[in-house]
Amino acid sequence: MAGETASDADIEAIRKLYGFDRPILVQYLDWLQRAIAGDLGKSYYFRTDVSTLIGERLPTTMMLGVSAITFAIVFSVPLGVAAAIRPNSIIDRVALFLSVMGQALPSFWFALMLIILLSVNLRLLPTSGSDTWLHFVMPTVVLGYYAAPAIMRLTRTGMLEVLSTDYIRTARAKGLRPGVVLFKHALRNAIIPVVSLAAVQFGFMLGGSIVVETIFALHGAGFLAWESITRNDLPTVQGLILVFSLFYIVLTFLADLLNAWLDPRIRIS
Amino acid sequence: MPVTDQVKLDDASKLGSLTKKITGHQGMVIGSVIVFTVIAIALLAPLLAPHDPYEQDLMKRLLPPFWDSRGSWEHIFGTDHLGRDYLSRLIYGARISLLIGIGAALISGLIGTIMGVMAGYFGGRVDMVVTFLITVRLSMPVVLVALAVVAIVGGSLQVVITVLGLLLWDRFAVVMRSSTLQIRSMDYVAAAQAVGCSVSRVLMTEVMPNVVNNLIVITTIEIAHAIILEAALSFLGLGVQPPLPSWGLMVSEGKDMMLFEPWLITIPGVALFLLVLAINLMGDGVRDITAPENRN
Repeated sequence: MAGETASDADIEAIRKLYGFDRPILVQYLDWLQRAIAGDLGKSYYFRTDVSTLIGERLPTTMMLGVSAITFAIVFSVPLGVAAAIRPNSIIDRVALFLSVMGQALPSFWFALMLIILLSVNLRLLPTSGSDTWLHFVMPTVVLGYYAAPAIMRLTRTGMLEVLSTDYIRTARAKGLRPGVVLFKHALRNAIIPVVSLAAVQFGFMLGGSIVVETIFALHGAGFLAWESITRNDLPTVQGLILVFSLFYIVLTFLADLLNAWLDPRIRIS
Repeated sequence: MPVTDQVKLDDASKLGSLTKKITGHQGMVIGSVIVFTVIAIALLAPLLAPHDPYEQDLMKRLLPPFWDSRGSWEHIFGTDHLGRDYLSRLIYGARISLLIGIGAALISGLIGTIMGVMAGYFGGRVDMVVTFLITVRLSMPVVLVALAVVAIVGGSLQVVITVLGLLLWDRFAVVMRSSTLQIRSMDYVAAAQAVGCSVSRVLMTEVMPNVVNNLIVITTIEIAHAIILEAALSFLGLGVQPPLPSWGLMVSEGKDMMLFEPWLITIPGVALFLLVLAINLMGDGVRDITAPENRN
């Protein structure tokens, strides 16, 4: 921070300025006290407040996270339902195949393969940046596929279970249209555990966006994290970890509320 | 004595039906074949590798693999930007992936199992503490924390294994806790307690054997998880450091040249994909065979 040619006095001054001369525990408690008040300190590299810095970058990450989880749900819930309607059919096997493949594909490699295929060979999409919605297509797919297998499997198991219950048989027996039975009676019950899983996955995605944002040079909070780590910018890293953790906690709380709203049984207990 | 004969027969048929179950499970067979091949390759790396994985030859930079018209059989998968034989690096890379996967899963398995079994068996305050720790752990962004720690401590094989081991115990703890809770209410546990068995004896002889199937399944999941995470960390430059031939690092080193020499990233990527796929298939197979009711 002081530079290669700094004198001992300069180094001492900087140690004093940033408070490195104090014991680690004191430094931590001091940080904690300020963090609770909303002050995350100053970035060593950017020389601005960490909270403004993160605030500037968060919208991009949020947009990526929301589009990725939407992609994952839109892709995997219908597939899971279709697989559960006809177990061991072709659709079920394709769904299982996709989920097994999806779990084994390293996201950074998947991203590079997409770049080679869609940007370099077909010239359809831009490789890096965050200017237009086209820039978000590949990051969304890469981040979204990561959550898709788990959501699909849970939808399938949930639907299989619900479809074998008595009330579904009753609904069918009294002559309701198959579509009504499927979506109004079955899916509504099967989707409850999927909601909390999706919320948890959304939290993981925000934290995991660091790899995707770095590859596609999306200037979000994940990219900021990578930049700060490589520059030893500790206050920024600390602030980001705190913000990501808080997001996860808020999301799981929201998932519980949403569950209670969807399932009256939870509300009563 | 006819009785011992009977026992022998039973044992044989049990073993026979297990073998039948294993060979009848397609995914299990494919997964095991790939996993054991990779393990054999990793163990026999010095015998199998045609060249030294660290030997540089700048005259032979970026040779294409054999299927390319300019390729040769001397370097089957070509060479990288420093002229190192790609196949040899790939073979030695299997060692790193397996070492990281197994090492991290051992550490996290130990932590998670102890925490989960204790929480499930003792309940009460112990359970509260463990549940709190699991929540804290789940709220931490794994990749971010791992990157930050490696950046501060410095990247080496041991550091990456330790960091991943200390971060990936959550699933072990969650699953071990719930399966121990189930077992604890069984009559045979109550019987063992009534006979006066010590806590450690009940845990080792009554609880552990009944949760070990779940433990194996989670272990395979976490080995695969750790291998993918190590590759991602190394890809970002904050995992295993050069010149070690980690597959993630190979993708990272090849990515600047991927437009003209795409095999530099396709080959290690496919290797990574196949290994993780095979481990997952094996895990699914173990689950289907030992506890079909847990199929998710």
